[in-house]
Amino acid sequence: MSRAASFIFRRRGSQKHGRGWHWTDIVTWLWLIGGLIVMFGPALWLIFSSFKTPAALAEFPPSILPYASQQVTVAGHEQPLTLYDAKMPDGTTKRMAEIRRIGLFSQMIDPADPGAPPVRINIDDRQPVRKLSFATENYTEPFVHFDFFRYLWNSVFVTVMATVITLVVNSMAAFALSKYEFRGRSFAMLIILATLMVPLSVIMVPLYSIISSLGLFNNLWGVILPTVATPTGVFILRQYMLTIPDELLDAARMDKASEWQIYWRIVLPLTAPALAVLAIFSVVWRWNDFLWPLIVLSRKELYTLQVGLSIYSGELNVQWHFILAMTVVTMIPVVLVFIFLQRFITTGIAGTGLK
Amino acid sequence: MGQIKLSNVKKSFGAIDVLHGIDLDIRDGELVVFVGPSGCGKSTLLRAIAGLEKITSGDIEIDGRNVNSVTAADRGLAMVFQSYALYPHMSVRQNLAFGLENARMPKAEIDKRIMEAARMLEIEPYLKRRPGQLSGGQRQRVAIGRAIVRSPVGFLLDEPLSNLDAELRVSTRAELAALHARLKATMIYVTHDQVEAMTLADRIVVLRSGRIEQVGTPLELYNTPGNRFVAGFIGAPHMNFLQAAVENARPGHAVLSLPDGSRLEVDAGRQVLQQGAALTLGVRPQHLTLGKGNRSLRATVRMIEALGSETVLHTELGGQKLLVVLPGQHRFSPGSEIDLSLDAAPLHFFDEKGLRLETSV
Repeated sequence: MSRAASFIFRRRGSQKHGRGWHWTDIVTWLWLIGGLIVMFGPALWLIFSSFKTPAALAEFPPSILPYASQQVTVAGHEQPLTLYDAKMPDGTTKRMAEIRRIGLFSQMIDPADPGAPPVRINIDDRQPVRKLSFATENYTEPFVHFDFFRYLWNSVFVTVMATVITLVVNSMAAFALSKYEFRGRSFAMLIILATLMVPLSVIMVPLYSIISSLGLFNNLWGVILPTVATPTGVFILRQYMLTIPDELLDAARMDKASEWQIYWRIVLPLTAPALAVLAIFSVVWRWNDFLWPLIVLSRKELYTLQVGLSIYSGELNVQWHFILAMTVVTMIPVVLVFIFLQRFITTGIAGTGLK
Repeated sequence: MGQIKLSNVKKSFGAIDVLHGIDLDIRDGELVVFVGPSGCGKSTLLRAIAGLEKITSGDIEIDGRNVNSVTAADRGLAMVFQSYALYPHMSVRQNLAFGLENARMPKAEIDKRIMEAARMLEIEPYLKRRPGQLSGGQRQRVAIGRAIVRSPVGFLLDEPLSNLDAELRVSTRAELAALHARLKATMIYVTHDQVEAMTLADRIVVLRSGRIEQVGTPLELYNTPGNRFVAGFIGAPHMNFLQAAVENARPGHAVLSLPDGSRLEVDAGRQVLQQGAALTLGVRPQHLTLGKGNRSLRATVRMIEALGSETVLHTELGGQKLLVVLPGQHRFSPGSEIDLSLDAAPLHFFDEKGLRLETSV
């Protein structure tokens, strides 16, 4: 542990004159801390904001941590009253509860002495008493009122199916394009890569009419199928498969393996690191897809999470507290997938068994 | 059985001809070595026999059956690749079993064969390991084991020792020879190392630019190389070649003049040498002896390599290099002149096209 700490905190300046700071140390630290804030700041802010009440969200200037005004129940008043630190007419500051606000003045009473007459205080002379508080109802409410599990299931189904089919289809294409010699091989690769330059918005209308005529409108398969063949995936896998020595395939052919077995039992396991990369990409893409599912799915029970979330931003009213909380929830699976699959990316295959 | 017959096998990659009509008859149980410089087509020929490379024309027969259109898997041959080509994601046992499983062999039989091969090759302790956890020599054994378990009619080995270090190469070479003696299977062995070829082969096939230069037992090739290329390729260090001119030719006898001006009388046998014709005289470095004799040369020492058991002299003779290997240890200083006797040396003569002339000294 201490070795890890000394590794992380070592400085160039400390090598020469003991404990000094070289200017590169300062630049390095500033750069890294800046990077940390840029990368993690928005995510942290999102998470903290998701615990804020709608009132706290609307507050200006915004705070990073979720605060809520403290309230107190005072005898003689049915509703709990909000607590303020108020500047009394005699100049002292006292913790008071607000009964009502009239224009620029606020009627306040002392919660310790509810029998005393209310005091009139200028609203500029009082500060709300705030305490760190997590509005967990932002999370629990949608689970009750919002059809969260239905949407979650739809999202999971679309993501898993699309990813599995993407991996199979793209790896087959990549296998053929990397391991078989045929006329027009590079041309086929070029055509596939060229589709990278066609944005979704261009093909949306024809794609819609295809899906519609296939009867896949308002069907989760209509969301899945158009996305499974990705040029990026074919490219990543092909480049990786090119590094698998042809001698392995020849050896398998001598071992009476069929071409399918070569693909399934030799090439696919050896492509695992590239498949893991593509799986992460595919999960993130499909999970975060919004526009295409929005077009294809019009029945509420078929919505994916991202489409479902848009319910909270109505025409007149955006329920930010729910959107933020559900955004955090929808982030979790992607993060988990990444944590799980990144091992495969970094490990790779230690020995290739050759030479 | 493992008789392999090639007739007029040709192979071209696009416009490039790699094999120009190979004719070869390999007998059952024979260990044939294909040897030649890199790019001579020896690996292509091996792959063509294996069925991994489609031949452009010609015929390949195994045990009298034409296999031109038979796939690699069904030719009954097993191959050991230069890189071993072990499946990195499978254990040694799975590597050995893969081919047998594909052939739908009963599990008990697979286990029996694997244990047999593992015992023979002493790889039993590693059966559960992955190829990445094995040393080069162990991987090599696994690669051979993968070939053995299939009990093929013939083994094809593509430079199987080239990835081993020098010491391991010598011991593995001996093991391969022992394995061949034990299995009595046909083996085709490709190498560019002529020492491997000499020590292992029943017959050597010397290839150059897609053509067979000569086929014969190791000693046939060593003693009577058919042409200048074979003479230079077989034997280490390679044979010395000296340009010579026929000065005085009459039937059965000739006098040659060497570049340094010395004369050499040779018995021309039945060959009729042309007056004034140029020829190449070949003599192996080991066959030159120190001292003056009936036929001798005077050469200038340029460099000495003392190997302990023998001394290699790099000498020069009339502008041509001449290598001499003397047994034992000798002291010379560079620049000194020495007399070399050819009396005990078998001499080889090659005509202008590089073909052997049957003469005796």
